[in-house]
Amino acid sequence: MWNYTDKVKEHFFNPKNSGVLDSANAVGEVGSITCGDALRLMLKVDPDTQIIQDAKFQTFGCGSAIASSSALTEMIIGKTVDEALTLTNRDIAEYLGGLPPEKMHCSVMGAEALRAAIANYKGEAWEDDHEEGELVCKCFGIDAAMIERAVTVNGLTTLEEVTHYTKAGGSCQTCHEKIEEVLEEVLAKTGALKPAKKHTPGTVGLDAIKPLEPKAEPVTAPKLTNVQRMQAIMSAIEEMRPQIQRDGGDVELVDIDGKDIYVRLSGACSGCSQSAGTMMGVQMKLVEKLGEFVRVKPASLMPAHVG
Amino acid sequence: MSQGIYLDNNATTRVDPEVLQEMLPLFTEHFGNPSSMHGFGAAVGGKIEWARKQVQALLGAAHDSEIVFTSGGTESDNTAILSALEAYPKKREIVTSVVEHPGVLALCEYLEKKRGYKFHRIPVDNRGNLDMEAYRAALSDQVAIVSIMWANNETGTIFPVEELARMAKEVGALFHTDAVQSVGKIPMKLADSAIDMLSLSGHKLHAPKGIGALYVKRGLRYRPMLRGGHQERSRRAGTENAPGIVGLGAAAQLALVHMGDENTRVKALRDKLEQAILAAVPSCFVTGNPDNRLPNTCNIAFEYIEGEAILLLLNEAGIAASSGSACTSGSLEPSHVMRAMGVPYTAAHGATRFSLSRDTTEEEIDRVIAVVPGIIAKLRSLSPYWQQGADRPKEFAPVYS
Repeated sequence: MWNYTDKVKEHFFNPKNSGVLDSANAVGEVGSITCGDALRLMLKVDPDTQIIQDAKFQTFGCGSAIASSSALTEMIIGKTVDEALTLTNRDIAEYLGGLPPEKMHCSVMGAEALRAAIANYKGEAWEDDHEEGELVCKCFGIDAAMIERAVTVNGLTTLEEVTHYTKAGGSCQTCHEKIEEVLEEVLAKTGALKPAKKHTPGTVGLDAIKPLEPKAEPVTAPKLTNVQRMQAIMSAIEEMRPQIQRDGGDVELVDIDGKDIYVRLSGACSGCSQSAGTMMGVQMKLVEKLGEFVRVKPASLMPAHVG
Repeated sequence: MSQGIYLDNNATTRVDPEVLQEMLPLFTEHFGNPSSMHGFGAAVGGKIEWARKQVQALLGAAHDSEIVFTSGGTESDNTAILSALEAYPKKREIVTSVVEHPGVLALCEYLEKKRGYKFHRIPVDNRGNLDMEAYRAALSDQVAIVSIMWANNETGTIFPVEELARMAKEVGALFHTDAVQSVGKIPMKLADSAIDMLSLSGHKLHAPKGIGALYVKRGLRYRPMLRGGHQERSRRAGTENAPGIVGLGAAAQLALVHMGDENTRVKALRDKLEQAILAAVPSCFVTGNPDNRLPNTCNIAFEYIEGEAILLLLNEAGIAASSGSACTSGSLEPSHVMRAMGVPYTAAHGATRFSLSRDTTEEEIDRVIAVVPGIIAKLRSLSPYWQQGADRPKEFAPVYS
């Protein structure tokens, strides 16, 4: 059973503004082929003030699709057309107190129906430009289509790069096999087993794909001196300590060896089943702070120093 | 939820209280390892052999040593297929149907993609019956194993496994059947059968989850998937799940006792439910082959509405069922069984499975009959495909992404 919020349940069991709006002067009809859902959104817009006076919906879809539609109508009534256009699918999901990652596309369908309806009102042609695929990374809600685009556009060739650009696979790591499959497929298709030429991310209309840092290229990132870099790592770890200490553990920086950062977990952390998760958390934090990809490893894995 | 009406027995069943009673001593006084030399172990070993005989009886197998206990249906399916491929390394082809359980399909897809096996997927017609011509054409001396389910979990449609097994034999292929839905509901006599291997799962027949068995016909070339100890005559290493095995034995014994009830009273309740819903709700139909299916299963496709929404409203009414809708599965893929039968997606998404068991009562069925039409009407009032007030569908063609 999906873990729906109370707000989702409220909008599903007692949807607001469902049915046909006879006085509608704007209608948007969209569907998602992946899950077969479909939505018709009907608006009544005042031509003088551009205010959406009324909105109704009809939805063929699951609980969260119906709830997203219902929430959407509540959110846009009373707004002007231009105000409404600033709403994104994330606003719909937030209004509902969040949606399971697998169900985020329901909110996307809502946002698209709104754009389609407003285009209809303005007499414009509306074209759907988003595609969706199988959900790969459940932690961050990244689907196969998004990974494919990131790989193709940015010329990615490794799992680490995909994680770096899309976050996919950066948390629980259980989807790595699937990410590698997508990578293999794209690389086989483009024949680009050699690294494709690099693009500066964010300049190719990929609003959905953002690298963790606006400038993820190590070359273009402001170059830290070794001392600055070490200090940045130390302060990031200091920042994390209080949180880990609250759970009765502690973390200590042992050594920095290029991209490998060795730490020691102690107290309640040692031998705790969650310690791998804690390591991962430290790594995410460091990647974020440094703007480069680093690996956090337990001190026990440190290579023996020669000489 | 203990007061709820449970019609999702193809997903899993309640452990029978008698089964639980048989299991409990295995957690307390009879906790020994059956491999041990002392008395603690010997007592458990005896119980396991008793359980093996109960499963043998349920399957009508010739020998109790043909039963290998596993962790469940998926392990049995994987073991059977991998065993055949390893035992006949020169044969590089596998035959299954398009409507198999993922326990078989996902493995075969993996073997096709990563190990280079040729994988024949036999299609079905719009009632879920196997395309016999395609099956015949796929068989050759290159086929290591055929794996085709006895009955489909979503529609209950039964495949002619005996005939399929004989045809496989003619070309020298092994025949395995995933029978997790049919064991305990259909009488079996594997001693007289051409079936080489059969998978069953405890939790589908009122035993607990995490226990199952693989039937392996005596004399069959077999290679274990798990290597390690000598347990199960070295065919499945690992210390025996003794409480689970004894539970499965007790459940097998009870299944034989109740098989008549499943095929008379339970079947009549299923038919009553189905006929009442078909009569009360417009634009819905039974999927699969109604004339040849499990006695407990009924799958109705409600057109123009979506299954998850149906299940949520049924759940509010205290009724548990299941759906072929994309949205109820983590993968978001619509049911491959519905798609294979060519059910249009506006109906496939509304496909709802009611699966009964010997625990189901007539009062419960009457309650479901009373509730379902209202739920369907409520959701159709929200659907863009449905003509309000006219009780019929209308034209609707959205832009698809």
